Amino acid sequence: MIEREEMPYDVVIVGGGPAGLATAIRLKQVDPALSVCVLEKGSEIGAHILSGATIDPKALDELLPTWREDGCPLAETPVTDNWHWHLTKKKKFGLPHLVMPPFMSNEGNYTGSLGNLCRWLAEQAEALEIEIFPGFPAAEILYDESGAVIGVQTGDMGVDREGNPKADFQPGMNLLGKYTVFCEGARGHLTKRLKARYDLEADCQPQIYGIGIKELWDIPADKHVPGRVIHTQGWPMSETDSWGGGFLYHQANNQVALGFVTALDYKNPYVYPFEEFQRWKQHPDIRAILEGGKRVAYGARAINEGGWQSVPMLVFPGGVLAGCSAGFVNVPRIKGTHTAMKSGMLAAEAMAAAINAGRAQDTLGEYDTAVRESWIAKELKLVQNAEPMVAKWGGEIGTVLAGADMWLRTLFGFGLAKPMKHHTDASTLQRADLYQPIAYPKPDGVISFDRLTSVSYSFTNHEEDQPVHLKLKDASVPTAINLPFYAGPEARYCPAGVYEFVDPDGAGAKLQINAQNCVHCKTCDIKDPTQNIEWVTPEGGGGPNYPNM
Amino acid sequence: MKILVPVKRVIDYNVKPRVKADGTGVDLANVKMSMNPFDEIAVEEAIRIKEAGKAEEIVAVSVGPAKAQDTLRTALAMGADRAILIETDTEVEPLAVAKILKAIVAEENPGLVILGKQAIDDDSNQTGQMLAALLGRPQGTFASKVEIDGDHVAVTREVDGGLETVKLALPAIVTTDLRLNEPRYASLPNIMKAKKKQLDVKTAADYGVDIAPRLKTLKVSEPPVRVAGVKVADVDALVTKLKELGVA
Amino acid sequence: MKTLVWVEHDNASVKDATLHTVTAAAKLGEVHLLVAGSGCRAAAEAAAKIAGVAKVHLADNAAYEHALAENVAPLIVDLMGHHDAFLAPATTTGKNVAPRVAALLDVMQLSDILSVEGEKTFTRPIYAGNAIATVESSDAKLVITVRGTAFEKAAAEGGSAAIEDVAGAGDAGLSSFVGAELAKSERPELTSAKVIVSGGRALKDSETFEQVIMPLADKLGAAVGASRAAVDAGYVPNDYQVGQTGKIVAPEVYIAVGISGAIQHLAGMKDSKTIIAINKDEDAPIFQVADVGLVADLFTAVPELTGKL
Repeated sequence: MIEREEMPYDVVIVGGGPAGLATAIRLKQVDPALSVCVLEKGSEIGAHILSGATIDPKALDELLPTWREDGCPLAETPVTDNWHWHLTKKKKFGLPHLVMPPFMSNEGNYTGSLGNLCRWLAEQAEALEIEIFPGFPAAEILYDESGAVIGVQTGDMGVDREGNPKADFQPGMNLLGKYTVFCEGARGHLTKRLKARYDLEADCQPQIYGIGIKELWDIPADKHVPGRVIHTQGWPMSETDSWGGGFLYHQANNQVALGFVTALDYKNPYVYPFEEFQRWKQHPDIRAILEGGKRVAYGARAINEGGWQSVPMLVFPGGVLAGCSAGFVNVPRIKGTHTAMKSGMLAAEAMAAAINAGRAQDTLGEYDTAVRESWIAKELKLVQNAEPMVAKWGGEIGTVLAGADMWLRTLFGFGLAKPMKHHTDASTLQRADLYQPIAYPKPDGVISFDRLTSVSYSFTNHEEDQPVHLKLKDASVPTAINLPFYAGPEARYCPAGVYEFVDPDGAGAKLQINAQNCVHCKTCDIKDPTQNIEWVTPEGGGGPNYPNM
Repeated sequence: MKILVPVKRVIDYNVKPRVKADGTGVDLANVKMSMNPFDEIAVEEAIRIKEAGKAEEIVAVSVGPAKAQDTLRTALAMGADRAILIETDTEVEPLAVAKILKAIVAEENPGLVILGKQAIDDDSNQTGQMLAALLGRPQGTFASKVEIDGDHVAVTREVDGGLETVKLALPAIVTTDLRLNEPRYASLPNIMKAKKKQLDVKTAADYGVDIAPRLKTLKVSEPPVRVAGVKVADVDALVTKLKELGVA
Repeated sequence: MKTLVWVEHDNASVKDATLHTVTAAAKLGEVHLLVAGSGCRAAAEAAAKIAGVAKVHLADNAAYEHALAENVAPLIVDLMGHHDAFLAPATTTGKNVAPRVAALLDVMQLSDILSVEGEKTFTRPIYAGNAIATVESSDAKLVITVRGTAFEKAAAEGGSAAIEDVAGAGDAGLSSFVGAELAKSERPELTSAKVIVSGGRALKDSETFEQVIMPLADKLGAAVGASRAAVDAGYVPNDYQVGQTGKIVAPEVYIAVGISGAIQHLAGMKDSKTIIAINKDEDAPIFQVADVGLVADLFTAVPELTGKL
């Protein structure tokens, strides 16, 4: 048995994103005497944060009302100009704002880096004497005899590839909390275990996801319109019978943040989200903005798309889910920061009250109720059929139906259909022999790039000599099932080139896992057709080092 | 014996620095910063010397912005006993850093000063040698092995084409090379404890050192991009090329 | 301007690094050399023949035998009383000695210069060569280390400089030389090799890597490197890795075999003087940086190449 040091806190927060930091700050606002720590697996706060982002400041206004005056970098670029484009291969059609429900307007919103917002929130948190520990992932959940969560264990450091301790081995530490908050972002690896252990999805639909791939570009000043945000739909996803869309936000410092989200419920195993993004950039109207510019960063992250019907039970003995661990993304608005923060604040208020009432490690039902009575619920219910309608009827008809449904809910409080159902993304993939391989254009090295070069712009690294953190439950599945039946989809859906089939057509075909490249997006854990891949946390500090993402 | 370990906060080695479009420098806004890797090796070496019973106290020192406190906290979490930050918002050149360190040495009287051979931002490779010169003490640069023996230290140096060992009278200045050791992790319990260790914040003026720069950076640009050369048709043509290059 | 150049020598002849440094010094003004050592008159005579050299200062003293910085720095500082710039090659000796001289002169050194842009203006690499800074010195005297590959070699013959003996203080009594152990591996070290043969993932497994890469490296007297992909796949140990977290190399000739050229790898070898790439895939990124490319199946091309050398 390894001896582990322990440290008790009132509240242990897993994940230093917007939800975790909002939780921590709210706890200290309510009761400065509470002891609070935040664990973050990235090498620093913001290192693993990737978002568009165009952010609704509603929760920030509630949490830190003077944020605009207090040096928050988000205040720099209010949205001034909002466009929705429907793309065909060569053309674009602007969608009139009139057909869109009012909440789709980005008026009053801000565009900027969510990573930098988190860096700023972390400064506010540290000023409140919240202990933040970047570089330390929560690797295991700790339970007491009754089955209640009592805290987490941080990952061991200095373990070799075979799992043996090296000379510099440092055992993980047990951090114990009266309550433990899980805000790991979409598809958190501990959240996944909690959902299973406490059957948190018993009364909801399974969560579904998209993979968002993003780049940051410096563009020529004469093309830069700070505050202009553009969303696109249609091409190129229309070519592959799947859905997704692009975004391009003009942010501060002559930079644009652009990206493409591919819904992970695609059927055609030849769909290659990275290449969809690269060819989207070659659309004449996108290319025109990027020409003469220079790419400065790249990254990817899975995003929740399940909406309200996929929100699980948020509480269990000793802990709560908040932010994207639970899944509060408003899919048509492509926004989840405000809801994530709000959920953390509600959790904080419930925990502070409970702790002050002498409670600990019980089930905070009042938090679950508070979320379901909050503006989070109101907002998400309005849009709950948007994603399933598009998924069911396709991008073109689905968008019209989704729009009608959202309008009805906005105006009259009822929609076209009852809350619709989801199927897990792993279950939607179909056999490769039903499809033709997709011929994606070669990168030109100017606007579009190859994947490995791209990954180097995520500044990702992992200690080389450590166990592979992408676990195969059955090592034979990649070559026995994935390769022959699905043409090895992991080689395509991974935005970092982690999965590589060596000699795929030969007798010696095998799956090479380049774990060092992993950008922690979680797509493999989501989309693997037999759910054979399990993403676990690697040694602390590993993964991307995103600047301004 | 006391050991002084100067450390510098620099861009993390995983991050590819980006030259600013206006050519005034490298963009460090919101970029991950860490302890200079060579300085991490220096901290580790100091701790090993202390663990071997040959030193009693390790003092980490940094010249840099307020955020360099994080870097010092890392040194404290690894095992340094206390820390001093000379806070400044401007870039300080190696010569001025050496002058500040000289003043700190006068106060602290360390038997050994051990620091990285160079910082991975300005790549100057000067501070240790300059400090040794200003103190009139010996220097063991690019160390791959450090052995304290009474009032001397034997330093094995990585030199072009091999290794060289020199014997220095203490007090001495040692600069570290990559193969000296494998630095330990700052463990979470030690990070928690490090928050309570002493960290004094001072300024260059406290030591009466003029930190005005001597070098003026006129421009920072991207390195020239390599361009594709020729493709040869077959192995024979490649053999010819190799012969032209004088390698075959 | 009068410059003083540190001569690297083996007591009999002058090392190439010196010749590159002389070229840099000549751009600033009159070139004087300093040959310091023990029993090194022959080296001074060789140095006197370098084209463009006006004078050679010879400091022959047992205390200078191993170029201990503690002993030679005061000697240089003395000579700098009538020189305006001190230049040393950016070798481990130059990097060890020059800053000690600079501090004694109260001068901020210019390290590893790539070019001379003016009397006091130079370019030098920063951030491991990811950026190039143009810097101007405001000091009265200059102390400079010179990156050899950035300057052509001065002609070793053609000059006839006078040799002037100089005395120095000798042993400062601070340090002593104990011994040296020169690398004597059969293969040169990656970081100092003139030629490197590097293999990638396309080599299939460790046996094939051995069979294809090693004979070519042996023929060329080259060091052997590998891409991260090949290291990850277990063909060769970690210390072969060139690029991200591996070694940064800058040989005269770098031969990349079956390496596609991921940017991390390119970052590790892009300062090589000549890059040669052999790859089956004509779109491989390595060809965008290669000076000489051969699109061919490495399993036939490399043995054929080895056979024909």
